[in-house]
Amino acid sequence: MRVMVMVKATEDSEKGAVAPPEMFEAMGRFNEELVNAGVLLAADGLTPSSKGKRVAFDGASRTVIDGPFAETRELVAGFWLWEVKDMDEAVAWVKRCPNPMPGPSEIEIRPLFDMAEFAETLTPEFKEGRERLREKLSDKLGPAGAFGGLGT
Amino acid sequence: MTVGETHQAIEATFRIERARLVAGLARLVRDIDRAEELAQDALVIALSEWPRTGVPANPGAWLMTTAKRRAIDAIRRDKMRERKHEEIARALDGAAEAIEASMTDDPGDELLGLIFTACHPVLSPDARAALTLRVVGGLTTDEIARAFLSSEATIAQRIVRAKKTIGKAGLSFEAPRGAERAARLSSVLEVIYLIFNEGYAATAGDDLVRPSLCLEAQRLGRVLAGLMPEDAEVFGLLALMEIQASRLPARTGPDGAVVPLTEQNRARWDQLLIRRGLDAMARADALGGDGPYALQAALAACHARARTAADTDWPRIAALYDRLRTVAASPVVDLNRAIAHSMAFGPEAGLRLLDEIAAAAALRNYAPLPAARGDFLFRAGRLAEARRQFEAAAKLTRNAREAAFLLARADACG
Repeated sequence: MRVMVMVKATEDSEKGAVAPPEMFEAMGRFNEELVNAGVLLAADGLTPSSKGKRVAFDGASRTVIDGPFAETRELVAGFWLWEVKDMDEAVAWVKRCPNPMPGPSEIEIRPLFDMAEFAETLTPEFKEGRERLREKLSDKLGPAGAFGGLGT
Repeated sequence: MTVGETHQAIEATFRIERARLVAGLARLVRDIDRAEELAQDALVIALSEWPRTGVPANPGAWLMTTAKRRAIDAIRRDKMRERKHEEIARALDGAAEAIEASMTDDPGDELLGLIFTACHPVLSPDARAALTLRVVGGLTTDEIARAFLSSEATIAQRIVRAKKTIGKAGLSFEAPRGAERAARLSSVLEVIYLIFNEGYAATAGDDLVRPSLCLEAQRLGRVLAGLMPEDAEVFGLLALMEIQASRLPARTGPDGAVVPLTEQNRARWDQLLIRRGLDAMARADALGGDGPYALQAALAACHARARTAADTDWPRIAALYDRLRTVAASPVVDLNRAIAHSMAFGPEAGLRLLDEIAAAAALRNYAPLPAARGDFLFRAGRLAEARRQFEAAAKLTRNAREAAFLLARADACG
C-alpha cells in the first residue's frame, strides 16, 4: 500500500529557518535507508506558506487568499510517498526518522486510496464521468495532468 | 527511545530488519535454517525486553548482536560437550572468533551475498524465486503459494529442497566479485523478472495480473539497485519493471478482461512509476547500459512517452528490437520484433518476419505466436485465416482472461 507521510510545519519552518548541517546529513541518511529498502517512491519539501496561496470555494464563489496561513501545526512542510506492507511498517519507519525540526514536531501518515477499493464505492455514472475528466486533463496537460488518488 | 512498545510494533521493526539479519547470520553459520532460527530467537528476546527498555536507537544492530551472541553461546556449548575432540574444539574456537570479528562487517554486502546465494544457478528458477521471496522478501510460505497459485505444501517442500541443495553445494553466502559477479548477476536478474512477470501477465489462473507480486519484484529491484549502484543492467531491469508496472491499472477492463497496450486508457498509467522508470533508465544510460534489460526498458519507455497509441514511435521500437536480438537473441524477442515491424512497416512486413521464425521449437506452444499472426492477417484483410490463428492461440493459453480475449478476436473476424 502507498502512504503519504507529511512533516507538519512549525514556527521554525514557517520562518524559513535553514536546518543545520547535522540535520541535513541525518535526514539524508534516513532517505538513503528508505531508498535502499525499496520503500521510497517520492520526496519533496514545501516552501513556507508565506510563498503560498489558497483558493476558497463556496458554491460558485472563488476567493484567493495569500499566505502565510495561521494554523502552523496543520500546514505541510514536506512529504514523502512510500510503498509499505501496512501501517505498522509505515509507523516503524517514521519512528526512525531523525527529528525533522529543531523543536517538537509531528509527522502524519495517510494511506492513499487504492483505485480498486475506491471503485467499489462509486456509481458507474460517476466512474464514467471521472474517466472522461481524466482523459480531458490528460489531453490538456499531458500525461502529468492526471490527478492522483488522494480522494479528489 | 520509545517505551511501552507493543508486540505488533516490535514485529514490524523486525520485518524491516529481517533480510539483513538473516543475511549476516547465514554468512556466519552457512546455513539458512540455522540463520532463520537465530533471527527468530533474537525477535523473541526483543519481544520480552523492548517493551521495558524501548526500541533501541539502532534496532538492526541490536538484533544482529543478540543473534550472533546466541550463535557463539551455542558453539561454546557444543564445544564443551565435545571437549575430548581437540580438532573440533579448535575449529569451533575459530568459528567463535570469526563471529566476534564479524560484528563490524558491512550489512549491505551480506545482504547482497544472500541475494546471490538464493538466486544461485544451481537451483531451478522456480526454486530460486520461492527461496528469494522467502528469505529476502520475507513473504510467508502461504503468501508465496498464493502468489504462484500453488499449494503451501508444494512451496514449503520447494524451499526445503532449495536450502538442502545450497547446503550440499557448500555455498559460502559471500557476494561474488569481478567476473564471477557479472556472470552470476544474470541469474539474479532473471529471478526478479520472473517474479515480476508472474504478477504482470499471470501465466495461469483467473486473474490477468497479481499486482502484489509486481510490487515485491519492484522492491527487490530497488534494493538490488541500492546494493549495486554501478551496474547498468540492474538499473535497466528496475526501469523496465517500474514502467511496466505503471500500466497495471490499465491492463484489465472493469470485468477483469484483457486490454492490449494499444487500447489501454493511458490516463490510468501511473505517472509516478513512469517517472521513476525513466529516472532509472537515465542511470542505466549513464552507466553505459546497452544490455538486454536496458534495451527492454528503452522499449517500454517508448510506449510510456506516447500520449496516445497513435503517437507511438514504432520505427524506433523496431530498431530497438533489431538491436535487442543481437544481445539477447530468443524466439520471443524475434516474435516481438515481428510485431514491431508490422506496426512500423505494415502487416506484410510482420508476416514475412514471422515466417522466418515460426519453426522455432520454443514457440511451438506459445500462444502469442498465433495471436500475432492472427493480428497481422486480420489487418491484411485475410479474415478467415486470422480467425483460425486466434482460435489456435486461445487453445494454447492457460490464462482464462487471455483465452476469452482471443476468442473475442476470432469472433470479430466474422
